[in-house]
Amino acid sequence: MTISDVKKALNCKVFCGEDLMDQEIHSACGSDMMSDVLAYVKDQSVLLTGLVNPQVVRTADMMDMLCIVFVRGKEPDQMMINLAQSRGIVLMNTSLRMFDACGALWDSGLRGGHKSDE
Amino acid sequence: MNNTVKLHYIVDGEDFTRAGEASADVKKNLRKLGVPPDVIRKVAIALYEGEINMVIHANGGVIDVEVSPECISMALKDQGKGIEDVEKAMQEGYSTAPDEVRSLGFGAGMGLPNMKKYTDSMKIESTVGVGTNVYMTVSIS
Ligand SMILES: Nc1ncnc2c1ncn2[C@@H]1O[C@H](COP(=O)(O)OP(=O)(O)OP(=O)(O)O)[C@@H](O)[C@H]1O
Ligand SMILES: [Mg+2]
Repeated sequence: MTISDVKKALNCKVFCGEDLMDQEIHSACGSDMMSDVLAYVKDQSVLLTGLVNPQVVRTADMMDMLCIVFVRGKEPDQMMINLAQSRGIVLMNTSLRMFDACGALWDSGLRGGHKSDE
Repeated sequence: MNNTVKLHYIVDGEDFTRAGEASADVKKNLRKLGVPPDVIRKVAIALYEGEINMVIHANGGVIDVEVSPECISMALKDQGKGIEDVEKAMQEGYSTAPDEVRSLGFGAGMGLPNMKKYTDSMKIESTVGVGTNVYMTVSIS
């Protein structure tokens, strides 16, 4: 699926990267701990998180992720939007909570990208 | 890429929002130099963890990176409070980070073990009250 499909599945509002929505994504992860994202994530291209600070964007950038979805309707500030724009990362939000957002994406066929999912 | 490329950064310990700028710049430079993506990923993660540590535990410091055709060497030096028991600090889950750091998404005690995991060599020199030096290398094979 593409980032556009994620947007549809979660009814997202897009903050930046409208031109990057056609990129293919293969797996996603959800976490509020950037420590865990850095330690456990492998090639997931979408990050769902309830944490809103510039380090979320920086962490995603380090992990070569393509898209961040803030859950519970959280909004990034201008600094985060600028940062994401300069790194080519799509920022969106959804009004869904973490559990429901992950469930909706799972329903659309997206997986966590770990061996045990296959 | 025959010559050695040297990069130097001063990491501001006061501004958490900017922590990671140095690592992002290193990443950009490695891309330009044509370093393989998997090597860049390892360097980026290890260096970012180290840079965050400098800001949350040590009030900032300096980072030096050397890129040669064979390997990438990183040196992170700070004059922070130092690490009392390095062996313990290297264990997964060990963290002295305050709740305020945890609310920012860090402080799970995963940074140092992660740095070790993603690098080919890692050495920590630390003296309580004096500071900490972390040396890491990632080879380009
Ligand atoms: N540069 C440093 N100066 C002083 N103490 C440090 C430094 N780096 C690490 N430490 C100490 O080592 C502990 C473990 O570090 P580590 O990076 O593994 O975990 P953390 O930073 O607490 O959490 P995480 O990295 O998961 O966000 C820290 O909690 C801190 O006590
Ligand atoms: Mg750390």
